[in-house]
Amino acid sequence: MSRKILRINMSDQSAVYEDIPEKWSKWAGRGLTSAIVLDEVEPTCHPLGPNNKLVIAPGWVSGTPAAPSSGRTSFGGKSPLTGTIKESNSGGLSSKKIAKLGLAAIILEGEPQNGEWYQLVITKDGVEFKDAPDLAGKGMYEVDEILWDQYPNKPAVIGIGPVGEKKLSNAGISVNDPEGKPGRYAGRGGLGAVMGARGVKAIVVDDEGGPGVDIADEDLLKQGRTKLRDAIMEHDLTKPDGGLNTYGTNVLMNIINEAGGLPTRNFSAGQFEGAADISGERVAEMVEKRGGEGMTGHGCHPGCIIQCSNIYPDEEGEAVVSVVEYETAWALGANCGIDDLDYVAEMTYQCNDLGLDTIEAGNTIAIAMEGGQIEFGDKEAALALFDEIREMSPLGRIYGQGVEATAKAFGVHRVPTVKGQSMPAYEPRAIKGIGVTYATSPMGADHTAGYTIAPEIAGVGGKVDPLDEEGKSDLSLTFQAATAFVDSTGYCLFIAFPILDISSGWEGMAESVAGVTGLDITGDDVIDVGKEILRMEREFNKKAGFTAQDDRLPEFMRYEKLPPHNEVWSMSDEELDQVYAWTNGK
Amino acid sequence: MQVEVRVFATLRRYLPELDIGEPKLLEVPQGTTLGEIREQLELPAEEVKVIMRNNRQADEEGLAQDGDRITYIPAVAGG
Ligand code: SF4
Repeated sequence: MSRKILRINMSDQSAVYEDIPEKWSKWAGRGLTSAIVLDEVEPTCHPLGPNNKLVIAPGWVSGTPAAPSSGRTSFGGKSPLTGTIKESNSGGLSSKKIAKLGLAAIILEGEPQNGEWYQLVITKDGVEFKDAPDLAGKGMYEVDEILWDQYPNKPAVIGIGPVGEKKLSNAGISVNDPEGKPGRYAGRGGLGAVMGARGVKAIVVDDEGGPGVDIADEDLLKQGRTKLRDAIMEHDLTKPDGGLNTYGTNVLMNIINEAGGLPTRNFSAGQFEGAADISGERVAEMVEKRGGEGMTGHGCHPGCIIQCSNIYPDEEGEAVVSVVEYETAWALGANCGIDDLDYVAEMTYQCNDLGLDTIEAGNTIAIAMEGGQIEFGDKEAALALFDEIREMSPLGRIYGQGVEATAKAFGVHRVPTVKGQSMPAYEPRAIKGIGVTYATSPMGADHTAGYTIAPEIAGVGGKVDPLDEEGKSDLSLTFQAATAFVDSTGYCLFIAFPILDISSGWEGMAESVAGVTGLDITGDDVIDVGKEILRMEREFNKKAGFTAQDDRLPEFMRYEKLPPHNEVWSMSDEELDQVYAWTNGK
Repeated sequence: MQVEVRVFATLRRYLPELDIGEPKLLEVPQGTTLGEIREQLELPAEEVKVIMRNNRQADEEGLAQDGDRITYIPAVAGG
């Protein structure tokens, strides 16, 4: 049985199942969301208007038996934050369940005429449209709880918080985790507002009795899966009790600080004196000391064998939030001059509940601090900003729009954004390759889009000097292409670390994809297939009006020296334009 | 001469007396390499993936200087 496209039209609340057309048949995950958005969304449309769509797609191997760490879902559309094409992906329960219903993608289009809020229930029997006035206005913790009460067989819940309902540009899309709580977010780029614009508050996905995923070549899948699993279990970073399992992604806090690349107090310094107190080591210590519901080595979806997530406990050992990860601890911590993990955890809870991307939210608070609204390091005042958002005061709505809107409101010119999206936790003046990724990625400033940190900082996949400019354009492109591929598999991007070092794991990833799909793909094809996806995304952006001038870092980085290295961003425009020259036939 | 050494993440178990981010102060003779300091602290070579000296990448053969801030880093990465 071929995979289906489920097209849901909110203008008349209708749903149709279509055979996946030939032109999309090879794609899944990010490759598929980007192909559909390029084909069906007018690049110049208003992201909140009737001509935008939200596309949801599991990866190639999602839903197949025991493919390790393969529960990622891609969400695509035109971004209200950046105006570009966007793919944002998330862990949680949704990927496998959508795949097991035999669906390649869900396309959400149209807008209800009556301004009502809907809850969609997708099962093997079809789509039910339910009025959801009781869910509207509620935070995601309550929504997830209500829906698990209504549907006792623990379905996936994809939802938006109040910020998505108000269609603010920093609205993420929540996916519930194995405990049935929010915290897994397709956070970046405001796709929660695109879902809100369709009038959909929540989507319940129940795969019971679903047809499952067709597998073209069981033996090849098995072979690939084994190679990949072995690589993950062998590598020091991803093995049980390895760095990620023990400390989570926040193992990076101290290291990036040592490298002088930890953006601090709105990107005004590269080191934070309080880094140790918000680091992964400190989180692990708190979990150990406080006990109770706290844990490290938590998986964001069933079947993850790396388990980099955590549950952060309060003093009584009660769960505050999952997950305090590196980006979150940095954005709400170092970048705001805050060195208190309890406050970071509380603010993360607020983000998860309101439906905000934590990176953009932390950067927004830092801008409010820079603009003099509150002081750097004032954790009580930072936490109180979330009340403004919850109340949807005019100021709260500005914060909900993210960094650029807030910077304008406060007259701030140190604005760390590319294409409207704010930078994550790596300073491009101290780590040049990631700056190339921020500048040129079709997604706006995004570290996951081409994670050159692996060789620049961690010595994974080679070793290069972070301060060197030489070769960084090529390095970034290679990582951007490999990432576009991995984002299409359904595997978590973190499988990339072991397989960059262990080549049989790289082959195994490609073989598992070939095994499921029957596509003729080997490890040698990964970069080329990834480049096809990037080409589609760049094409959309070009049609939306983006040019080479948009592939630049913010001006202040060219003249403000960043301590401790006292470096500015000095890569030339030509070097940046080189990254995507191949899409122009050069 | 004196250097300060930091270890992070999984390498901390070799110097458990240090708080997170706390440096260990070491007296070493002129001409000591970063590899020799690693050996002196009994950090296994196969667990040290990256060495930093004064916030810059360094290697085992590099010579320590008075006042250096030296960091040994195991396999890390994230997102
Ligand atoms: S490695 Fe971490 S982010 Fe990736 S799937 Fe596992 S728990 Fe989720």
